[in-house]
Amino acid sequence: MTALTTSNLGEGGPRKGEADGFPTATPLPIRTWEKGEGLKPSSITLATTATDHHIARMAALALGLSVLEAAIPSPLPGVKPGLANIVTLIVLARYGWRAAAWVSLLRVLAGGLLMGNFLAPGFFLSLSGALCSLAVLAASRHLPQRWFGPVTHSIFAAFAHIAGQLLLVYFWLIPHTGLLYLVPIFVAAALLFGTVNGLIAAHYLDEPQAEPVQT
Amino acid sequence: MASRLIGLKPDLRHIKTGDWIALMLGALLTVWLAATLWQGGAADKAIIRSGGKIFREVPLSRDQTIEVPGPLGLSQIAIHNRQARIAADPSPRQYCVRQGWLKQAGEISICLPNQVSVELNGGSKRYDSLNY
Repeated sequence: MTALTTSNLGEGGPRKGEADGFPTATPLPIRTWEKGEGLKPSSITLATTATDHHIARMAALALGLSVLEAAIPSPLPGVKPGLANIVTLIVLARYGWRAAAWVSLLRVLAGGLLMGNFLAPGFFLSLSGALCSLAVLAASRHLPQRWFGPVTHSIFAAFAHIAGQLLLVYFWLIPHTGLLYLVPIFVAAALLFGTVNGLIAAHYLDEPQAEPVQT
Repeated sequence: MASRLIGLKPDLRHIKTGDWIALMLGALLTVWLAATLWQGGAADKAIIRSGGKIFREVPLSRDQTIEVPGPLGLSQIAIHNRQARIAADPSPRQYCVRQGWLKQAGEISICLPNQVSVELNGGSKRYDSLNY
């Protein structure tokens, strides 16, 4: 068998593909895209504006901050600085409430996916906090800017955030009045971190705008 | 950026007049919440539960020791000097015993393995309708 095959090859006999009587497979048409003919890799392009890019960049920044602070140990679950809200405050002051809402909600969504708690209780706590503080920010940004700056917005948003979370915890997760004993701690933390975040946001807002965005 | 963050002094120029007002309101709210929610109030009776059902309600005015039967054995509850504690319990980890004296209304000590609990109750139970 082996001898026969080698001798056949030596005489330029039938090639391997034709041994069974089948012709050698011709190149399939699907290969033509490699040569740049026919099918081409398709790409879907969404029309994006500069604002979209900016929102995405800011949301990514906020996401980075929330991942960063997830590494900070906390004495009480739920007490954390909320550094991502600095970004929300800056976006609110520069680009308005809609952009701030986008950044905040994108951060909550992507944060849920990244931390692995998407649609878990922690995700809904973030979401209810974010929604409540956005609602309060929608009202508080109409305060006269002469007297009220990011610090006020930040404090109000922090209080709304913790209020939204506590309400959800009470009505959904822990319907027990023992929760009330923790409320002053949460509120004090909200006041502290709200003030600090507001100051940081004000600090960055004072600087000349680095990258203006065309809307 | 890091150096700038570290060098971030609390710049009071950023706090406008209204911000101070917001800060004061926030502080007042915090103090008021702490004062309201943390004043446990004087307790005047102890509710002893066994297996989820009320075993006895005893006034704190009289010092006494009560024995409560549970699935593991007897739990001893001591009432002394207007305070209550679980003095002895057959539960393996003794969490409820180590909790010590309960002093204020709303405090509760639970021996889960033996299904016994003691809760102090004030004269004015403020959140009655919310209890389950």
